[in-house]
Amino acid sequence: MNQKLATWVAPLLVVILMVVVWEFTCIVLQVPEFVLPRPSRVAVVLVESIQPIWFHASHTLFTTVLGFVLAVVVGMLLGILVGSSRLAYLGLYPVLIGFNSVPKVAVVPVLVVWFGIGTVPAVLTAFLLSFFPIAVNVATGLATVEPELRDVLRSLGATELDIVRKVGIPRSLPYFFASLKIAITLSFVGSVISETLASNVGIGTLMTQAAANFRIPLVFAALVVVAAMGIAMYAVFAAIERRMIGWALRTTVDFGAGG
Amino acid sequence: MDELVEISDVSLSYGGKGQTLAVEHLDLTVRRGEFVAVVGPSGCGKSTLMKLVTGLLPPTSGGIIVANREVTGPLKIVGMAFQNPNLLPWRSTLKNVMLPFEVTPPYRYELRRKRAEFESRARGLLDAVGIGEFADRSPWQLSGGMQQRVSLCRSLVHEPALLMLDEPFAALDAFTREELWDVLQDIWMKRSFTTILVTHDLREAVYLADTVYVMSSRPGRIVARHEVNLERPRRLETSLQPEFASLVLRLREQIWEQRPRTNRATSPQAVGTSV
Repeated sequence: MNQKLATWVAPLLVVILMVVVWEFTCIVLQVPEFVLPRPSRVAVVLVESIQPIWFHASHTLFTTVLGFVLAVVVGMLLGILVGSSRLAYLGLYPVLIGFNSVPKVAVVPVLVVWFGIGTVPAVLTAFLLSFFPIAVNVATGLATVEPELRDVLRSLGATELDIVRKVGIPRSLPYFFASLKIAITLSFVGSVISETLASNVGIGTLMTQAAANFRIPLVFAALVVVAAMGIAMYAVFAAIERRMIGWALRTTVDFGAGG
Repeated sequence: MDELVEISDVSLSYGGKGQTLAVEHLDLTVRRGEFVAVVGPSGCGKSTLMKLVTGLLPPTSGGIIVANREVTGPLKIVGMAFQNPNLLPWRSTLKNVMLPFEVTPPYRYELRRKRAEFESRARGLLDAVGIGEFADRSPWQLSGGMQQRVSLCRSLVHEPALLMLDEPFAALDAFTREELWDVLQDIWMKRSFTTILVTHDLREAVYLADTVYVMSSRPGRIVARHEVNLERPRRLETSLQPEFASLVLRLREQIWEQRPRTNRATSPQAVGTSV
């Protein structure tokens, strides 16, 4: 099969297969709706309640992207610092590891005490969950510049800053973009966690409320929307990645005749 | 005689005094425009010598003078090329060659004004080594031999006073290697920059150099110096001349003598090659 067609058809087939198995299992085993609703029922609810779902989902999307942007900025700066300075690496890395090991669910109540219920804790949770992979990847890209290449540049009179600018940063871009794809999905996890625990708006809130009212099909409809948004954002960053770092993926880059 | 590089009584030990000695009591001078090759058994500190001359490593004792100045930090008048071409895959071939203009003073301050001139110099050099038509390609689209040519161009484009080559052709196949000997020789004859070539290929050393130095096994010392008086340009036929062959054999013997005694059994003399 054609490679390009396969990238679309293959996952679609998997999804269809999953849905069919799910539907039939529910019918055959007579699973009650408040335990596991059939996908056809979820689809119906999704269409019926699209307005409230979209209201909450768009808010979640906004929160997630805000937290993500924050994570990109902070993660990049931290990564550059840790990756280009031995001292910063020694001092900051263990702290970062420790920080990343803290379950973010446990941090949400603290954030609520500081900033109140609502958007701010959700943005911050999204940020806290997603800046780490960005920082680590950027640092890795910078720290693994080949020693010989470093020698070449130093013997040309390059300063440390030159080496970071000319080699370190371009070289860490593939790592950076790979981390963006991970970070955006983590960002969704963060904002939804926070909304579930303490918010009055957002898809997480919607799900908590629906679950409390035993409207399980609505919970699943909301979950489907979260998953779809996650895939969509992932695809956006995968597309940007292909455009920006074709050289790393060895796709043909046209530099143009004039250089 | 105008000396560009003077290394006098230089020792270097990794991990400070009294630790592993890499090179010991090195004495070596290179005239301006001379092509010097340094050969030696593996691990003899040839690459350490490179780093010492370029100021990337400070000597533990002794002094290094390059262009009438004591070397105290990384030099800015040097071009370097290694076994690995070390090209930047996100840049086109031409942009890779332009790199020295972006970082080396005084060029980096003139780049904005003289970009067109610098670019034509880079293209000229790429033409000279026979890959002008690939200037706008990505490095990873080029073969290993072509990449090494690009690397050579990058080390020469800013017209450094001193070119340091650390086994630049070691990873190439025999045909490409011999082709690049000629490329390097031609460009050296045209521009007459000073060159120090570190290699373990004895034919390469004799083919290219005016003077060949033999280093001892670790800790590295200079144990012999040979002047190569073969006519230039040297061509493949030159390497078939008896003077060429006998010098290669002489070097070969001197390097074998550097091996630890236990390995001597299979030296060239023992198998009777020098009858």
